[in-house]
Amino acid sequence: MLVIGELINGMYKNVRKAIKAKDADAIKRLAEAQAKAGAGMLDVNVGPASADPKGTMEWLVDTIQSVTDLPLAIDTPNLEVMEAGLKRCKRKPMLNSTTGQQDKLEAAMDLAAKYKASVIGLTMDEKGIPRDADGRNEIALRIVAAAMEKGVPSDEIYIDPLILPCNVTQQTAGIVLEAIRQCKVLADPPPKTVLGLSNVSQGTQERPLLNRTYLVMALAQGLDAAIMDPLDDALMDAMIAAELLLNKHIYCDSFLKAYRKGG
Amino acid sequence: MAIEVLKDKAAGAIATVTIGATKSEGGTRKSAVTVGGETCLPFHLKEGEMPHPPIIAMEICDRAQTDWPPEIERVFGAKLKDPPAWAEECEKKYGAQAICLRLLGAHSDYGNNSADDCVKTVKEVLSATTVPLIIVGPGQKDKDNDVMPACSQAAKGEKCLLGSATQDNYKTLAASCLADGHSIIGESPIDINIAKQVNILVSEMGLPPGRIVMDPTVGAVGYGIEYAYSIMERGRLAALGGDKMMAMPVICFVGKETWRAKEAKVDQSEVPAWGPARERGILWEAMTATVLLIAGADILVMRHPEAVEKVRGVMDELSGK
Repeated sequence: MLVIGELINGMYKNVRKAIKAKDADAIKRLAEAQAKAGAGMLDVNVGPASADPKGTMEWLVDTIQSVTDLPLAIDTPNLEVMEAGLKRCKRKPMLNSTTGQQDKLEAAMDLAAKYKASVIGLTMDEKGIPRDADGRNEIALRIVAAAMEKGVPSDEIYIDPLILPCNVTQQTAGIVLEAIRQCKVLADPPPKTVLGLSNVSQGTQERPLLNRTYLVMALAQGLDAAIMDPLDDALMDAMIAAELLLNKHIYCDSFLKAYRKGG
Repeated sequence: MAIEVLKDKAAGAIATVTIGATKSEGGTRKSAVTVGGETCLPFHLKEGEMPHPPIIAMEICDRAQTDWPPEIERVFGAKLKDPPAWAEECEKKYGAQAICLRLLGAHSDYGNNSADDCVKTVKEVLSATTVPLIIVGPGQKDKDNDVMPACSQAAKGEKCLLGSATQDNYKTLAASCLADGHSIIGESPIDINIAKQVNILVSEMGLPPGRIVMDPTVGAVGYGIEYAYSIMERGRLAALGGDKMMAMPVICFVGKETWRAKEAKVDQSEVPAWGPARERGILWEAMTATVLLIAGADILVMRHPEAVEKVRGVMDELSGK
């Protein structure tokens, strides 16, 4: 599974502070720690409060790339900021994200095609988030169709069926699992699936437990990627164990260590 | 309508391991040999590359008190008791790309040779040959831990390949390899999970993937070779899928397994329907080697020169030469 490290996000206080003070070392440390913990990609989000989001995105991308070779997921709803970030990426980037809203969808796919980026497609549109799995996958299909029209391969689309906090809409967890399973038949090769994992536990008690339990459940449905905290060792261990039980890795007694050594 | 043939593209590559050091690299070998680096299943050359074709090392022993099969006796004769002469013949006459010295004579059942005896043999073989050297202990835990560090030290700088580390006994050998600049063989008993575990254990000691070779343990034709094949294949598929802890080159001790099979050595007079023992033994070794070559062997350790010759022909054919 692709682990997209979520910690470089201007919504977090420490990152906001680092951005404000142009404290490159703080950002580098976050990038290095996530890389070391097993992230395969790093999410980059300037946060809602940035005065100069374009400049900040460029600075973050450059700063992160000065210490790691990991590819980056440029995380912003603003396409100008998005392009500023994508343009700076040295490795194949990810566009995070677009929705099924038609006008924005086309513009996002144009950008993805231009920068050969993979794309996270959120299953929501003008009307909001559908209530059920079918509704989510109708939008997913629209996203995949738009991608293919612009020459972005279907297996470079990561459909995010939008998990919501379980203390707000408790039935969503089951619906999203169903959507992950169904998503695989939308195209050939099938699109990939991704979750913004920590949403599931937003505002709840026992957040780490809920996060890792849900990740394991989603992996069993075929989840391909998650935006999550790679520094949460128990979460990473649960992910590794789940993949092992799904026969994705060859067992050995030190399987946790083996995974972290690239096995 | 033309049908497009689907091609698998590997996400990972096998690590490369170089054995042997030339003078400029601090050793005395005329040339080194590199194995590994594959980005495709064996000889699937339309899907990827095999930058370093598999090699054949010829195996010799250290004055072990043992009976050799008549056919091996016929070919090497008195040299079976003269390791440097045996090694030299394998290199000069039969074109061995490496020599594998098995210290069988250090085994308590086959002579119980001392560490000093082993060191002497290692030095003699090194000076009688110019190709890289593989040294394998007697396979008894205490004896291995006694003789291998001494041999390792005696061959310091030659970048040998030393065996074998096992799940229960790897620290001494790994420490020797680290100290003296050699690479290591990790052995597992036809068990893919243990194969991976041994790789982790020796990696944890500080040996990088480029200095680890896997011995999955094999059987000869008729003796569980299909087991060995499926394990090697699964390991190679995992490695090409990106599993770095399975992405080490593989060594197969073909000669050792073949020449203990009764089909390779009993005389025609005992089982007339089997035909002449001479051809049978050679074919047994060549067939075993061929199967393992296709399963993903990078180093074939063989004994009979005619079997070696046949397998070279197979390799050429498979590589389109």
